[in-house]
Amino acid sequence: MKKQAAKSLRAFAIELAVYAVLVICYFFLVLNLLGNWLYHLENQHRYIYAGVALLLIAGQAVVLDTVTTLLFRVLRGRWR
Amino acid sequence: MFFPISNTHINPVYLAVVGFIIGILGGFFGVGGSFIAGPALRLMGVNWNYAVGTDLAHIVGKSIVAAKQHRALGNVDLKLGFIMAFGTIAGAECGAQLIQALKRSGHVNTVVSYVAIAVYTSIAAFMLWESQKTLRTEKKQSRSGVKGAQSKKDRSAFGPVTRSIQRLKIRPMISLPTSGIRGISLWTILLVAFIGGIFSGFLGGGAGYIRMPSMVYVLGVPTHLAVGTDLFEIVISASYGTITHAIKGNVDILIALVMHTGAVIGAQIGVVATQYFAGPKIRLAFVPLPLIGAAIVIYTLMTGHKL
Repeated sequence: MKKQAAKSLRAFAIELAVYAVLVICYFFLVLNLLGNWLYHLENQHRYIYAGVALLLIAGQAVVLDTVTTLLFRVLRGRWR
Repeated sequence: MFFPISNTHINPVYLAVVGFIIGILGGFFGVGGSFIAGPALRLMGVNWNYAVGTDLAHIVGKSIVAAKQHRALGNVDLKLGFIMAFGTIAGAECGAQLIQALKRSGHVNTVVSYVAIAVYTSIAAFMLWESQKTLRTEKKQSRSGVKGAQSKKDRSAFGPVTRSIQRLKIRPMISLPTSGIRGISLWTILLVAFIGGIFSGFLGGGAGYIRMPSMVYVLGVPTHLAVGTDLFEIVISASYGTITHAIKGNVDILIALVMHTGAVIGAQIGVVATQYFAGPKIRLAFVPLPLIGAAIVIYTLMTGHKL
């Protein structure tokens, strides 16, 4: 039981590390590219901005959820 | 990192950590965590209007992930969620109109603060009383030899009141097989959702802190299903809130996107954790959350700081 808990904890630590690297890349690549465009959109086309904002957060939710689920599956399979 | 929309400098790691903590709370309790997210953003110098709007956008993303996880575990009653979404949206509009009226009279901060303290404290006190009473009853029953499936059932000390509410025959009556409810008035569901919506519009966020307990105690939905269905319903109502706030210029979507990266992994942990706790224990663990919100509001009232 203790061995299994240690394995789960190790897998989780690796998941967090891999996820952190992915998120840092995401900050610098995607957000820097989107920042100015969204700023101008928010200033000039509020209605489009509202739609884009909702699509972005929903899209990110689906993509990141898929990434974390895949990560969980791959790493847990490897550590079993 | 500079966020041009709200004109603030915030460390993205801070945002991701705040999102992570709120993600765990959301996955475990089915609440949006607005009473943590709002003050956390304010602490970094984000204006209140952006804090409220951005929090709503972040709640959409977080709730999509948590609701998907709960759906996979069979914890979402889609029929109930869709019905409740109508009541919540109507209630949220009424709550927002109340705020506008208070704004015009110049008493918005004082009134909202006192209402928030009263509501958060009452919810915490009631849930503490109920979950402890239920746990004591369960302990007594396990001592007297009630075992198996019956002992694992999601009991509530508020059960008799719930059953009398379910007996109200105001047509149209509907059944919710996923939640194990044979017949309940549509108006009861809409009323519960509407009241939740008023709190959402009046106090901000998804108002899961009032809707989740209402679903358990008033509608009689099992706790695990109430958590999942509440999250699913929040996706719809918070999406509506995001659009209206974005149109009014209250959403910095870049902040919401960064916060959400932490929330994704937090939500996964929170959802998995619900599987290791019985209904009354989840409700007992929920008790400190509204109290944290109340403490923050008392602090802002006493010191005059925005936090």
